[in-house]
Amino acid sequence: MAKIESAFFDLSYLDTLATGKTVIHRLDPRIKVLTAALFVICVVSFDKYVIAAMLPFALFLITIMGLGGIPAIYVMKKLALASPFAIMIGIFNPLLDQQIILHLGSMAVSGGWISFLSIVLRFCLTVTAMLVLIATTGFNSVCMALEKLGMPKIFAVQLLMLYRYIFVLIAEGQRMYRARAIRSFQKRRMDMKTFTHLVGQLLLRTIDRGQRIHQAMLCRGFDGTIRTRQTLRFTLRDLLVFCVCGILLIGMRRYNIANLLGQLFMEILS
Amino acid sequence: MHMADALLSPAVGGTMWAATAGTIAFCAKKVQQDLDDRKIPLMGVLGAFIFAAQMINFTIPATGSSGHLGGGMILAILLGPYAAFLTIASVLTVQALFFADGGLLALGCNIFNLGIFPCFIAYPLIYNPIVGKNPTPMRLAIGATLAGIIGLQLGALGVVTETVLSGISELPLTAFLAAMLPIHLGIGLVEGLVTTAVVSFVWKARPEILEYAAASRPLGNLSMKKVLVALGAAAIVTGGALSWFASSFPDGLEWSMAKTSGKEELEAPEAGIHHALSGIQGKTAFLPGYGFKKNDTEPAAAEESAPSWPAVDIGTSTSGLVGGSLTLILAVVIGFLFRKRSQVK
Amino acid sequence: MSHHIVEVQDLTHTYPDGSAAVRGISFRIHHGESVAVVGANGAGKSTLLLHLNGYLTPQGGTVRIGDFPLTKATVRDIRKTVGMIFQDPDDQLFMPTVYDDVAFGPLNLGLPSEEIEIRVQQALVRTNTEHLRERPPYKLSGGEKRAVAIATVLAMSPDILVMDEPSSNLDPRARRSLIELLAGFHHTKIIATHDLDMVLDLCERTIVLHRGEVKADGPTVEIFNNAQLLMECRLEKPLSMQGCPVCGTSTSRV
Repeated sequence: MAKIESAFFDLSYLDTLATGKTVIHRLDPRIKVLTAALFVICVVSFDKYVIAAMLPFALFLITIMGLGGIPAIYVMKKLALASPFAIMIGIFNPLLDQQIILHLGSMAVSGGWISFLSIVLRFCLTVTAMLVLIATTGFNSVCMALEKLGMPKIFAVQLLMLYRYIFVLIAEGQRMYRARAIRSFQKRRMDMKTFTHLVGQLLLRTIDRGQRIHQAMLCRGFDGTIRTRQTLRFTLRDLLVFCVCGILLIGMRRYNIANLLGQLFMEILS
Repeated sequence: MHMADALLSPAVGGTMWAATAGTIAFCAKKVQQDLDDRKIPLMGVLGAFIFAAQMINFTIPATGSSGHLGGGMILAILLGPYAAFLTIASVLTVQALFFADGGLLALGCNIFNLGIFPCFIAYPLIYNPIVGKNPTPMRLAIGATLAGIIGLQLGALGVVTETVLSGISELPLTAFLAAMLPIHLGIGLVEGLVTTAVVSFVWKARPEILEYAAASRPLGNLSMKKVLVALGAAAIVTGGALSWFASSFPDGLEWSMAKTSGKEELEAPEAGIHHALSGIQGKTAFLPGYGFKKNDTEPAAAEESAPSWPAVDIGTSTSGLVGGSLTLILAVVIGFLFRKRSQVK
Repeated sequence: MSHHIVEVQDLTHTYPDGSAAVRGISFRIHHGESVAVVGANGAGKSTLLLHLNGYLTPQGGTVRIGDFPLTKATVRDIRKTVGMIFQDPDDQLFMPTVYDDVAFGPLNLGLPSEEIEIRVQQALVRTNTEHLRERPPYKLSGGEKRAVAIATVLAMSPDILVMDEPSSNLDPRARRSLIELLAGFHHTKIIATHDLDMVLDLCERTIVLHRGEVKADGPTVEIFNNAQLLMECRLEKPLSMQGCPVCGTSTSRV
C-alpha cells in the first residue's frame, strides 16, 4: 500500500514542481525534450571505462536543477529507489573483468570496478535528466512537444488521458484497498483470490467509466478525432538556448573537460 | 525487468527505439482506421487502471513473496493488440518519466519487451488459437497462462539480448539467460494465473464486455501466417542491422546511431570515441558472449593499449582524477549556491 | 428556435438483460421551464436522461427536442441543443487542463479560433472559474470540478440543460453556490436528483418516476405536500418542509 501512496505523492509532487516559473520552466518544451535526448545519447555513448569525462555532464544537470528550482534531496531519493536493477546487473562487472587497468598509488583498480562505477554514474545522469525534464516541463507539455516532434496524435491523446485518469483510479484503487485492509485485521497481505476480486472489480468500474467518458465526449461533439489548441511558440531565445546546450553537450562529449581541467590545474601547480 | 539507460549502448537503444516508434506509428494508424471511437477513452482509463493495479501487491501462493500485475495480456484481451500496444507503451512512458523505471533511451527497449511480445506474439499466436471464439473456463485458463508465460519469457530474452549486445555489462549471455529465464518463468506463471483470474472474473460478471472485445478486435481474424512472416522479416532486419553494427569496426556501434536516427547532432561522438576506442579494442568486449574477450591474463594487451587510452596512462589518469574531483567540487559549490539563493528568496 | 420544447411520448426502453427500465413515459416541457425528475434508485431517471442527449435512441415511443425527433440522423443537432451535465465531473473533465476541457466542445463544432476563445472565456466567467483556466482537473475541489463541468457544457451554447445529480458530493457551501449559479440560468432545465431541497429552490415543476413510469407531474410544492404519493415512491418530504426538531415549527415555504 505504501507503494500506491508514494506513487500518488510522486505524481503530484513532480506535477507541482512543473508549475514553477523559472527560466528553465519557461523554455519551449520541445527544446527541453530534444536537449534531454541529446544528453542521454551523449552519456550512453561513452566507452564503458569512462568516468571522469562524464562528470561535466553532472555539472550541466546540477546547473539546470539549480536554475529550475528542483530540490536535490528529492532527486537523490528517487535515484536510490530506482537503482537496484542497474546496480544488480552492473555488480557482476568487477567479478568478471578483473584486469588491472589503473594504479592509484599502490592500489590497483580493475576494469570491472571502473566500468561498474561508470554504470552507476550513467544511471544517475540519465535518470536525473529525465526527472529534471518532467519536473521543469510537466507531463502535458512533454506530450505536446512529442506530438509536435512527430509522435502520432492518437498516442499523444492516449498519454494525456492516461495521465488524467491515473489520479482518479489510484484514488479509487486506494479506497478499495483500504476497505479490504480494515476488514482483514492481522492478515496484512493479500492472497490471490482477494486480489483478483479487488482488481476485477476495479477493472469493471474502469470499463464503465470509460463508457461514461465516451458519452460525455459524444455530448460535446466528439467524432473520433481529438482537437486541441496549439499553444507552443518557438522564440528566438529558445533557439539560442538550444544551440548553446547542444554545443555544450557535444563539447563535453568530444573533449574530456575534466581531464583538461586537471592538466591545467597541475600545470599551475608545477 | 525494466531495461535501464545505464546498460545500453546507443546502437542497441537506437535500434530498439526505431522499432518501437515504427510499431507505435503503425498501431496508431490501425486504431484510427478502426473507427471505434469508444476505444479512445477506454484505452486511456485502462492504461490508468493498469497503473493503479500494479501498485497493489498480492502474496504469491506457496512462496510467501509478493507480486503484482503486469497487465499486458489483460489489455490485449480487452482491447485487441493494436490498441493494447499503444496503451502499454503509454503506461511505460509515464513510468519512465515519473518513476525512473528505465530511461529515455531504454524506453524503446522496454516498450518492445513488454509490449510487442504480449500483443503481437503471445496474444495472436497463443491466446487466440487456444481460446478461440467460444471460450470455456478451461481454455481461457490455459490460453491466458501460457500466453502470460511465453510473453514474459520473450520479454526476459529481450532484456538479456539487449544488455549483452550493448556490452556495458560484462555478464555473459549464457549465465545471464540462465538467471533471467527461470525467474521469469515463475513471474510469467503468476502473471498468467492472475490474468486468467481477472479475465474470468470479468467474464462471469459481465460477459458482454469480452464479447464486445472479441467482436471488435481487428486482429481476431489476422492469419498466423501473416504475423509470422512479418515477425520473421522484422527479426531478420533487426538482427542483420545489429550484427552488422557489431561486426564492422569497433566504433560501428557508436556512430551507427547517427545513421539509424538520421539526426546530425548524434554524429558528434564519432571522432572522440574513435580515438578512445581504438586503443582498447583488444580488451573491450562488445559481445562478451561471443568470446571476443579472452585476454584477461595477457598483460601485453593492457600495455599495448596504454598510450592511446587516457585512463591507463599514468600521467593522464592522474589529471583525469584531479579534474574529476575538481568537477565534483564545482558541482557541490554550484548546488550550494543555488540553495543559498533559493533560501534568500 | 424560440420554443425549445422537450417532448417525450410513450418512451419505453428494455435493457439487453430483459429489465424494463422505462415503460411508457410521456411529458412535455416548454421553453424556460425548470423541471425536476425525482424517484427512488432504479426508477428510470438515468435511462430517461440518456435518451435526452441521444446516447440511447427510443426503442418505443418518441423523443422530440425542439423541432427534431430524436433519430440517428438528428443526434448531432440534438447534442448541440441539449447540454448534459454528468453525475461524476471526473467523467466529464477528461482533458489535461480546464481550458482544454471547456474548448473541447467548441473545437468539435469547428468554430474559428477567436470565437472559441470568446466562448471559453464567457463560460468560465459565467461559472466563476476564470482563475482555474490553466489548472489540471485533478487538482480541483469537488465544487470547482462541478462548476467547470457546467462551463464545458455552456461553451456549447445549448438551449436545454440536462443534469444528473448536480448537487451530489458537494459540501454545503459549494452546493449553495451551485444552486445560485443554476438559478441564474435562463435555459430550460431538467434536473434528475435526490436532493429535494434543491428542487424546492430551483424547480417549479416536478416529475415523479416510479418503476419506469410517471407517477406524478405537477407543481413541486403540491407534490411534496402529498405524503401518500411520496411514501409510495420511496421518497420523503424535503427537510425544509419538515418540522424543525428544535422549535417544532415548519420552515416550509407553502
